[in-house]
Amino acid sequence: MTVATSAVTAFILLNAVILMVTYVTLLERKFAARMQSRIGPFYVGPRGLLQPIADALKLMMKEDVVPTAADRGVYNLAPIVFLVPCLLIFATIPFAPGLGLADLNIGVLFFLAVSSLEIVGLFMGGWGSNNKYALLSAMRAVNQIISYDLPLIFAALVPVVLAGSLQMSAIVAAQQGLWFVAYPIIGQLAFLAFLVATLAAENRVPFDILEAESELVAGFRVEYSGMKFALIQLGEYAHMIGSSFLGALLFLGGWLGPGPEWLGPLWFMLKAVLIFLLVTWVRWSFVRIRVDQILAVSWKLLLPATLLILLGTAFWVAARGSGGGV
Amino acid sequence: MAVTAARTVVEVGYGGNERLMMNMGPQHPSAHGVFRAILTLEGETVVAVDAVIGYLHRCHEKLAETLTYVQYPSIASKTDYVAAMTAELAYVSSVEKVGAIEVPKRAQWLRVIVAELQRIASHCLWLGTWCMDMGGALGGGATIFLYCLREREAILDLFESLTGARLLYGFHQIGGVRYDIPAGWAAHARQTVAHIERRLDEYEALLEGNAFFEARTRGVGVISRDLALEVGIAGPLLRGSGVGFDVRRAEPYSSYENFPFTVPTETAGDCHARYRVRMVEFRQSIAIVRQALDGLPEGAISSRPGVKSVGQVRVAKGEGYARVEGARGEVGCYLVSDGGPKPYRLKWRGASFSNLAVLPHIIPGHKVADVVAIMGSVDPVFGEVDR
Repeated sequence: MTVATSAVTAFILLNAVILMVTYVTLLERKFAARMQSRIGPFYVGPRGLLQPIADALKLMMKEDVVPTAADRGVYNLAPIVFLVPCLLIFATIPFAPGLGLADLNIGVLFFLAVSSLEIVGLFMGGWGSNNKYALLSAMRAVNQIISYDLPLIFAALVPVVLAGSLQMSAIVAAQQGLWFVAYPIIGQLAFLAFLVATLAAENRVPFDILEAESELVAGFRVEYSGMKFALIQLGEYAHMIGSSFLGALLFLGGWLGPGPEWLGPLWFMLKAVLIFLLVTWVRWSFVRIRVDQILAVSWKLLLPATLLILLGTAFWVAARGSGGGV
Repeated sequence: MAVTAARTVVEVGYGGNERLMMNMGPQHPSAHGVFRAILTLEGETVVAVDAVIGYLHRCHEKLAETLTYVQYPSIASKTDYVAAMTAELAYVSSVEKVGAIEVPKRAQWLRVIVAELQRIASHCLWLGTWCMDMGGALGGGATIFLYCLREREAILDLFESLTGARLLYGFHQIGGVRYDIPAGWAAHARQTVAHIERRLDEYEALLEGNAFFEARTRGVGVISRDLALEVGIAGPLLRGSGVGFDVRRAEPYSSYENFPFTVPTETAGDCHARYRVRMVEFRQSIAIVRQALDGLPEGAISSRPGVKSVGQVRVAKGEGYARVEGARGEVGCYLVSDGGPKPYRLKWRGASFSNLAVLPHIIPGHKVADVVAIMGSVDPVFGEVDR
């Protein structure tokens, strides 16, 4: 690929992601509304379909307020530092064989490494706002991301070990016969652990202690308004979708599915939305747990469990004498 | 520095030296009104709390001295605006006690019905907002909140068809009640409570055994029996700490002695115990509403029918205290009459006010997130705290 084609692909991908994010918010709002016996957005456009556009416009036109006590440089930079890694993760996701920006041979590693970078932006936002709620939230953010990145990586390594490759397309190809989620015991456990760790990495209820609006008002973004707020929101949802895509790739066989090959991206999208809705379902059903409990869940339960699953997988692969070619 | 002088700070021992003062309120998403808690934090742990009240002070007691006995019941409902019926009842009870005014049986039964419906509505709001405190407006808490408000609406509909108002009713008057139930209301009320009874099972299925809910409520905000008695808390808080005191049982008013019901108590004293007590109270209130509808006597609804002038009611010189069991505990009025058409002096005893006093004793040592959970489990209504 030349630089020019890469740039064009990246541009298209970026816009597609942003459009997807805006509409995923609508999907979530409608889904939540149904759960809560409401209707949800309905008046903007036919059946509320233009609501995300209206939201984006509203946020763009809002006054941008910078607190006088804020550390202006850090405060203004934070949304961008937060957003960039969240969008960068899409670079390595292939949407079908050959359809994607860069199918790196270390795709999974790149994804996990870059997605953890968002914590820098989070902490900058919390610190730069010079607000006590935001500061507490930033502290929690560091705690939580450190605690949950390890289980997330271990859970994501299970398919990697099974497939014997860090390349996304190779991992999907290895699921040709059987999706990794369908592997007895290890597949389901690893998928479950992956989902829980993603929930935490995405800061979603019951692990949304960063935002925790009932105690910290809005956490690290309490002082953000207008477009900066929109950028943070965009980053969060992009991360969420990215993680859903990763889950679909690693466990649900990516673009594999019945029907002709050109249906692949559709299957992929469907699986990612399924994971997204699963996460949303959890979000709108549970209450938030406390910061100490969140850390306990990670270090006392999730981390040892994922380690054991990974070990089991490794032994199994070694005994079978296949894979393990990393 | 008036606030500093008045504060009562209860501290737990701490070893570190980095502290953060954080204002929670008076404007805060989960302040349940205008409550300000000045928290001293050490990391995430609260080491001291300074509770500041008074942001919603509206001179209720002074207002009572300037309004006649006929006028004030409508204003009384504004003290505890979430359970307006019981606040009105407390006022009219005190006037009736001091003035030795008869209340017809039918009026007493109607008062019981609305008081219990009000308790259900108030507990609905409590459950919803409390879960929202723990679960967030963008999470599972909001789901329960919306479910609970849906149920509360059904009861407000009942009140609307009875009194024309949905929040502040003006239903009670000295010597009885102002409105009789309209045709078909009893059947509608039965339907509503049956519906809510089914929904309660759903809530319990949703919350109990839910690991996240249990983790947030068990062992959090424990009020020991001794502390409960010492601070003088009342209502579900007191019963959650193992004291089976209920004004309806201890000192029956408005013919409560005719209704069999159980007073639930839990011994744990934590948020979960208070939750359990209120869940049982929901069902007990439903049972009382049914009994009252079954045995509703015929007759007049007021011993003093017809209002000719606002100064019509005069109460003989004297003083007395009447109390009722509100949704949040004992609500009472101490009335001093000089024989005129207006009280000489009126003192409110608000359940939320006394219950709130326990916060500085139980919050220190908990995490920031627990502060809102504990505050929600106390269920304060700031109209009643600040009056």
